[in-house]
Amino acid sequence: MSHDHSLSPEIHDPAKATHEGKHKYLGLWFFLGGETVLFASFFATYLALRNSTAGGPSSQELFGLELVFVMTILLLTSSLTSVYAIYHMKNHDFKKMQLWFGITALLGLGFLGFEIYEFTHYITDYSFTFRSSAFGSAFYTLVGFHGGHVVFGLSWLTALMVRNAKRGLSLYNAPKYNTFAIYWHFIDVVWVFIFTVVYLMGMVS
Amino acid sequence: MTGANINKINSFKKQKQKEEMKHQVITFALMIIFTLVAFIAVGAGMNKTYVIPLILILALVQVGFQFYYFMHMKDKGHEVISSLIYGGIWIAAVTVLTFTTIIWW
Repeated sequence: MSHDHSLSPEIHDPAKATHEGKHKYLGLWFFLGGETVLFASFFATYLALRNSTAGGPSSQELFGLELVFVMTILLLTSSLTSVYAIYHMKNHDFKKMQLWFGITALLGLGFLGFEIYEFTHYITDYSFTFRSSAFGSAFYTLVGFHGGHVVFGLSWLTALMVRNAKRGLSLYNAPKYNTFAIYWHFIDVVWVFIFTVVYLMGMVS
Repeated sequence: MTGANINKINSFKKQKQKEEMKHQVITFALMIIFTLVAFIAVGAGMNKTYVIPLILILALVQVGFQFYYFMHMKDKGHEVISSLIYGGIWIAAVTVLTFTTIIWW
């Protein structure tokens, strides 16, 4: 493998131009296969326990459509902005890539802010905590673990953007940005099931 | 490669990329529409027997878009990756099925 990581104009996809890049990409997907199983066990537990409220608040009393809708739009849009970032990466435009990843981070931060507000609202106004009921434990484990993934993603992206700010795009850091983008889309995939299974289904039944 | 050749290849690739970006934006618009339909169906208080299968199907299609377009699973060379993800989805389906049918609490 060559140790020259500079970009040349004929390279189409800088994220997969090196062996290291290809392996990182495959490794990330391997990880996502495992994440699917992990989240599946949380979803299954939630589905089994969602009516075990132990006299505490139920999903119909707690959830509000508006807040979840805003959170969904924020995360969904951040998925598109990271697609734009990768588009600029493939055109070797580092500045625009950083800009769109910056927008992605802000949208993710907005999502996180609303989630913190939501949890605080449940805890202070409804005394609905992790220990309230089996439903409470299952809810906070599933949704909180997703929120934890958002926190991890934001830290990952911030570290990448700051560390590479003065380096510019190269075959060394392009795979790092690309793996982050795939991870971020996966966070959105999990959220699609959370807003459908937890919030929407929780409001009808 | 000569400079002129590289330019030719680049303009061809840029064109292809632009096309792909257009598909991505269409995908995004469809995902927003699916989300809106799901929220409106629940907000309008539709019958439970119809609304739950409807929102689940909308979620599955939306996730399919996310995987195949945003995460590029439709591109060439994603066979191993597909087997990893479908392996995960298979275990996920079995887990959810088990917890919701044969376990009682």
